[in-house]
Amino acid sequence: MSGHDHDHHHHDHDHSELTETELRVRALETVLTEKGYVVPAALDLLIETYEKKVGPRNGARVVAKAWTDPAYRTRLLKDGTPAIGEIGYAGRQGEHIVAVENTPKRHNMVVCTLCSCYPWPVLGLPPVWYKSAPYRSRAVADPRGVLADFGVTLPKGTDIRVWDSTAEIRYLVLPMRPAGTDGWSEEKLADLVTRDSMIGTGLPKRPGDLK
Amino acid sequence: MNGGQDLGGTDGHGPVMPEPNEPVFHAEWEKRAFALTLAMGMPGGWNIDMGRFVRENRPPGEYLAMSYYQIWFAALEQMSKERGLMADDEIAAGHSLRPPKSVKRILSPADVAKTLHRGGPTERDTNMPAAFRPGDAVRMKNINPPTHTRLPRYVRGHAGVIERVIGCHVFPDSNATGAGENPQWLYTVRFDGRELWGADGDPSVTVSVDAWEPYLLSAG
Repeated sequence: MSGHDHDHHHHDHDHSELTETELRVRALETVLTEKGYVVPAALDLLIETYEKKVGPRNGARVVAKAWTDPAYRTRLLKDGTPAIGEIGYAGRQGEHIVAVENTPKRHNMVVCTLCSCYPWPVLGLPPVWYKSAPYRSRAVADPRGVLADFGVTLPKGTDIRVWDSTAEIRYLVLPMRPAGTDGWSEEKLADLVTRDSMIGTGLPKRPGDLK
Repeated sequence: MNGGQDLGGTDGHGPVMPEPNEPVFHAEWEKRAFALTLAMGMPGGWNIDMGRFVRENRPPGEYLAMSYYQIWFAALEQMSKERGLMADDEIAAGHSLRPPKSVKRILSPADVAKTLHRGGPTERDTNMPAAFRPGDAVRMKNINPPTHTRLPRYVRGHAGVIERVIGCHVFPDSNATGAGENPQWLYTVRFDGRELWGADGDPSVTVSVDAWEPYLLSAG
């Protein structure tokens, strides 16, 4: 019913520990289902939503629209939540979204040092590195070093602003529009917008990067 | 609490290691643990701040050794047990051994989309005026509660500037203990990197946190 075939995944993790976790998760789902607290079909829908529907493609559409529509960009930077809601993205872990704009003088980077806060409606669920100690510890103290881990070097003279998501405000970085994209459609521009460019650990692709 | 979760500025964790073409989930059990955690919020009756405290309230070595979904799952088990919704012998048996406790609501498949779309906004109305305005100089209090707080250690005691008055929001330090939402004014507070990290800090870096009024002292 719940759709998991429960074959034992042989990952490089500690095998016995992983197996125990798998068994406990399965047991808890069965117990909670038998008690009527959860409905497996609802669980399937939750998974499907974040696996197939809600992801960084949403944020890329927001960014591409801001790049092509100056009035939208103004609305987005003034009050992110309703502007993002215009395109249909809203809700859990994105109830209060603030968009922060990169400029030649300032690069923005978003972190949650205390847990894993991340703007789900526009970026989906966070990648493992975003939730892990190396990023959470160093993003606030050595953001340039973190960018180097991602292979990113900013031009000289670019200041870095780090946003630690300690409350229920979620931050979306509006990266700079790449040169050589004059006249591009929103759809084509969205292909340049990477997830990491909206977290601030990356830059958008350049026209030559598109195949 | 000064636990393993409060990672800002700690050393020794190694480089960030992005995974190319990372999948949303890395194993089937992660999907189920994720979905169970979301779905159990309704019958469980706990709030997000209670959940965060249960996740962080474990030995730091354990916190750092667990994957994020392992932490989520451990917290879900613990909260479900603490509220009498299930017990260890039922996990061991792999089946319910007792009648269910009555719960207010459960998440039905028909409600999933609208529940996610609604989310859980934390802004609240207030009659209290905000004590600070953009540009005001503030200093973060030095507090060390053993309970949940969203004031990270690396900014405690440091001087910053109010950048933005965000609004009046649910206060996690109260909400996590069951003491109620106790909404408080919330601000974006900006710090110079060298104020936080000393003279060797990168002078081109500024850092902000979002901080509730009870975390702040006037430094004007």
